[in-house]
Amino acid sequence: MKELFLLQLRLEIRKRSVVISLFLYLVCLVFINYLTLGSQNVASVPRVWSALFWMALLATVVNAIAKSFMLEKSSTGIYLYSLADPAEIIISKIIYGFFLCVGVCCTGFLFFSALLNNPIQDAPLFFLTLVLASFGFSASLSILSAIASKTNNGSIVMAILSFPVIIGILLMSIKVTKNCIDGLDRSASLDELLTLGAINLLVAAVSYLLFPYIWRS
Amino acid sequence: MKKSWWKILSVMLLLYTLVGGFLMNVPRLPILNETIRALYFHVPMWFGMTLMFTVSALYAIRYLRKPDRDDDIVSVEFANTGLIFGMLGIGTGMIWANYTWGSPWSGDPKQNGAAVASLIYLAYFVLRGSLDNHEQRARLSAVYNIFAFAAMIPLIFILPRLTSSIHPGSGGNPGFNGYDLDNNMRKVFYPAVAGWILLGVWIATVRIRLSLAEEKILDLEYEKNK
Repeated sequence: MKELFLLQLRLEIRKRSVVISLFLYLVCLVFINYLTLGSQNVASVPRVWSALFWMALLATVVNAIAKSFMLEKSSTGIYLYSLADPAEIIISKIIYGFFLCVGVCCTGFLFFSALLNNPIQDAPLFFLTLVLASFGFSASLSILSAIASKTNNGSIVMAILSFPVIIGILLMSIKVTKNCIDGLDRSASLDELLTLGAINLLVAAVSYLLFPYIWRS
Repeated sequence: MKKSWWKILSVMLLLYTLVGGFLMNVPRLPILNETIRALYFHVPMWFGMTLMFTVSALYAIRYLRKPDRDDDIVSVEFANTGLIFGMLGIGTGMIWANYTWGSPWSGDPKQNGAAVASLIYLAYFVLRGSLDNHEQRARLSAVYNIFAFAAMIPLIFILPRLTSSIHPGSGGNPGFNGYDLDNNMRKVFYPAVAGWILLGVWIATVRIRLSLAEEKILDLEYEKNK
């Protein structure tokens, strides 16, 4: 499992253009937000800030995880298939996707605070939400990417399949983010965080159980 | 005839629901007034939808355990029927909301959850449409079916309870809990639920038979042209 993880990391470093294009994508999104709305308007309404932030992240993260299976050549797939256990593959993909998501989230936050101000008052709680949401995104999108990679029009199918499924994660994160901006007491966000954790566990368990069936083809 | 007793029962129950639902006495409550009769038509839709999706997911699991084309067809047709029930549930809910909340769509968490659940199952059919290989389509869509079902549960049953909602039965609004469902209404409500669910199963079984027949025709044609 560790080897698989390292293998992906090495492939990623060798093909830097993918990661760089991802970050460029994110920067473009944030910059469009900034140009169309301006920093003053956005930061004064917490709901707008958190909605924009999560929408930009959502678009980037879907693209980031979608490539985890779709960019893979079929020969690589057969090579991995002959070497490793499907359970190990999905776990290593989820963990790798998780780190990628955290990276995307942190970069997104940096750009957002640079261009559109930083209204977050409770930073530790906010980062906890980012980490939890990243795990949820990674766990749910990895398996959907594996499904979408089998179809002929992968990228559209990926978007259609993923958006409804991750809305639960997104809604919870937006709510906690709003609480962080308003500087509410932490106990106010406890329910949402617990639900987020539960959804994560559910999604990860289901992906772990179902992945071998996709991998067989 | 012996086997179709439940279809007759379904028709009888629904006739009773129609007559009883529109004519029997209901409690006069402020705002709700006569719209309380929506209980007999709107609420059973959700029971039906949940049941249909559950059956669909169960057959998807069965398919993954032991691939069998018939299980796949059952799973798809139950998802289809569940989606019809979901759409009808949203439709009846919007008619009711127009008279009680003032507008058909007011962004209530329950409405949004229902809309997203319908989107998930629509995506399921898009996925099926974009896969050409029969066996692959059955397997991948079974995986997505189970995944979607797992993702739908928090959406419909947990999230709306966390947020404030103006829907009856949550946020302190009277719903059909034990203490505020009138005894007279029970007499129509339970038969209505049973009748609508039986009707749903009936629709699904007819569609399953239709699909099986179509498959058989395709097989025969294939044999003939070989």
